[in-house]
Amino acid sequence: MLDILIIGSGGAGLSAALSAKQQGSTVLVVGKSYPTASQTSMAQGGMNAALGNVTPDSIQAHIDDTIKSAHGLCNEEMVKQMCEDAPFSIEWLEKLGVPFDRTSETKVAQRQLGGASSKRACYAQDYTGLKILHTLYDNCLKEKIEMLEEHLLLNLIVEEKVVLGATFLNIVTGEIKEIRAKTTILATGGYGALYKNFTTNSEGATGDGIAAVLRAGGTISNMEFVQFHPTALKSSSTLISESARGEGGYLVNSKGERFIDELLPRDVVARAIFEQMNSGEKVFLDIRHLGEEKLLHLMPQEVHLCRLHEGVDPITELIPIKPVAHYTMGGIDVNKNLEVTGLKNCYAVGECSNAKIHGANRLGGNSLLEIISLGRLAGDNAVGCDCHHTEIENTQLQQDQEYIDGLFEEYPYEKNFYDIQNQLGVDFYTKAGIVRDNTQLNNFLNELRVIKADLDDMGIGDKNRENNTNLVDFLQFQNLLEVGEVLLDAALVRDESRGAHYKTAFPKEEDKFFKADALYWIEENVLQNKLVKVVN
Amino acid sequence: MQITIKRTNETVNYEIPFQSSTLLKALYHIKNSEDNSLTFSSSCRSGVCGTCAVRVNGKEVLACSYTVQEGDLVEPLAYHEVQRDLKVNKQKVRETLRTATAWLQSPQKALINEEQVQLTAKQTDCILCDSCYSSCPVLEVNPNFIGPFALTRAYRYTADPREGNIQAIVDNIQNNGIWDCTLCGNCTEVCPQGIDPKMDITMLRGTASQFGYTDPNFQTMDFGFGGF
Repeated sequence: MLDILIIGSGGAGLSAALSAKQQGSTVLVVGKSYPTASQTSMAQGGMNAALGNVTPDSIQAHIDDTIKSAHGLCNEEMVKQMCEDAPFSIEWLEKLGVPFDRTSETKVAQRQLGGASSKRACYAQDYTGLKILHTLYDNCLKEKIEMLEEHLLLNLIVEEKVVLGATFLNIVTGEIKEIRAKTTILATGGYGALYKNFTTNSEGATGDGIAAVLRAGGTISNMEFVQFHPTALKSSSTLISESARGEGGYLVNSKGERFIDELLPRDVVARAIFEQMNSGEKVFLDIRHLGEEKLLHLMPQEVHLCRLHEGVDPITELIPIKPVAHYTMGGIDVNKNLEVTGLKNCYAVGECSNAKIHGANRLGGNSLLEIISLGRLAGDNAVGCDCHHTEIENTQLQQDQEYIDGLFEEYPYEKNFYDIQNQLGVDFYTKAGIVRDNTQLNNFLNELRVIKADLDDMGIGDKNRENNTNLVDFLQFQNLLEVGEVLLDAALVRDESRGAHYKTAFPKEEDKFFKADALYWIEENVLQNKLVKVVN
Repeated sequence: MQITIKRTNETVNYEIPFQSSTLLKALYHIKNSEDNSLTFSSSCRSGVCGTCAVRVNGKEVLACSYTVQEGDLVEPLAYHEVQRDLKVNKQKVRETLRTATAWLQSPQKALINEEQVQLTAKQTDCILCDSCYSSCPVLEVNPNFIGPFALTRAYRYTADPREGNIQAIVDNIQNNGIWDCTLCGNCTEVCPQGIDPKMDITMLRGTASQFGYTDPNFQTMDFGFGGF
């Protein structure tokens, strides 16, 4: 019997795998794409650790900055633990071979990111996530960790709240299969793909693990908190890293005027840009004054992406930008051991989880830290899990097989889900985006519920069992509908403004009612929710 | 504009209603509104996940980073098992990383300066898109050739000051490795990240000679015509 099943092969999943394997557990990493294709590869700016290599810094300052950015919704004990572990996490990555940039004293170089009180983000040019991810992958190969690619998570196998493993679609063969394990770790990523065409996230950020936990009777929380990155390319939504502003880039409007301190937290900057756009202004990022040599050395990727997707040369021209969905703070609710609320023998880590680190708004540089630091923690904790019941019979596989078989029989379908998904992207951006309004949210929630009810009229046009990416897209679309419904309901309930969640009619934080986590779960087929006060 | 896609059982022409578009956007247009069964791989849309490499008019490109042109012929990567249409099996090709043992063999503490980081900054930009592998003519005659990306990664670790046992890597890239390369430079030409595997392989040959290895082609003096 497999000890630990890790679902998701990004930075969190691979860190958990390396940790657990080191302690002698048998580990299997299962992902819907190849391990190096995950969202982690897209992280550019850096990974926070209070090393003080460039400017004076302290772990307490890192803790304070993180708590401030979280706007009251974090668990201070979790934040403290992660920030204290940060220097060790960098050391761990150093030993694995991550090629961090260096200072003139051969120390790991650090740069300024928004909301940080010191130059705290360790970086590897502007490919920090890519280089961390690939180094983790090389080490997984070295440690002979078994990795199964192109397997899409369908459902958790649950008996009396105990997770026994999960069911998967083998994308290549079309086979539906179950994988049992003593313990399961979910590291399946966020749900930014809800904002299709208005997000920096990959197409695969479809909240698969979060939706699976919801269906399995577990709890998810704070889904209304979605971080908008101030600077994505206007036409393609491709990310231009915060380091562009950290290094001294300006935001300017059509008149060439600066309108905001560029290094304020992301939510403040994103709203300022949104206001400019609403008043008819176009907004640009200006990095020309940094000079060609510096740009090509520090931001080669940005320069390349601007030329390719926007047709502008940032060395001599302004870069047209818009704020887009970038990171989802909400997710699977976990306790301080990263165990999923409402389920047993199941852990969640990384963007799919809400470990109460980022609260209402994530600090730049803390997501890479979370996946490495808490990824290792999840691996360690899963090793220590005292688990049984794994051989119990269960009908999940049969149910999933019947459902998928049904999709192949039905034909023709009446509604094209791709069209609906594109429209949902626009609607989430305009109605559940940077600035929110209850009437809009309420109407949109009703529309989304109608779409859910119409799922029977949608389906797959491709009836070939093997390598059916149409089927994959459709299953992911359903996951998005499930997590999207919770996002809208939670946004509607939260009549205040806090961090990334902003309502014009309720512009202030209302601690009396809403300094609370918004928990959602399904009980007897009905979505339930409650607000639980945050006490630190 | 019209483009042609080599699919599993047929070659099909498609009309694309965009003036200017990435190839990936064009592929999605076809899949979403014309034929749900068109199969290809993609993920990040911004050239860092390495998923969407294909060949256009015989040359490897990332679909997300290539501006589609009138009359383009789109085909799957070469030297990969084609699973369906443009989707290929990369798993087998990734085994070359295990063969090359491209990782730190014996990590040691080392003082690293920025110049040393810059020495392999390009090599560590690799996104494992397999473009170089698809372009490599050696695979036509030797399917067991380790290939460009795995050798570049091997070089990256031999050049890392934290590597305490360079020879272990060098030993593992002798057979079907550095000496099989013809230095034709196709890999360098197609790399979307501007990596130069040809140069990395040349560097590895230099390192190998420090450990007493010589070019087996010279040993036999057999340049493909039976020798002198």
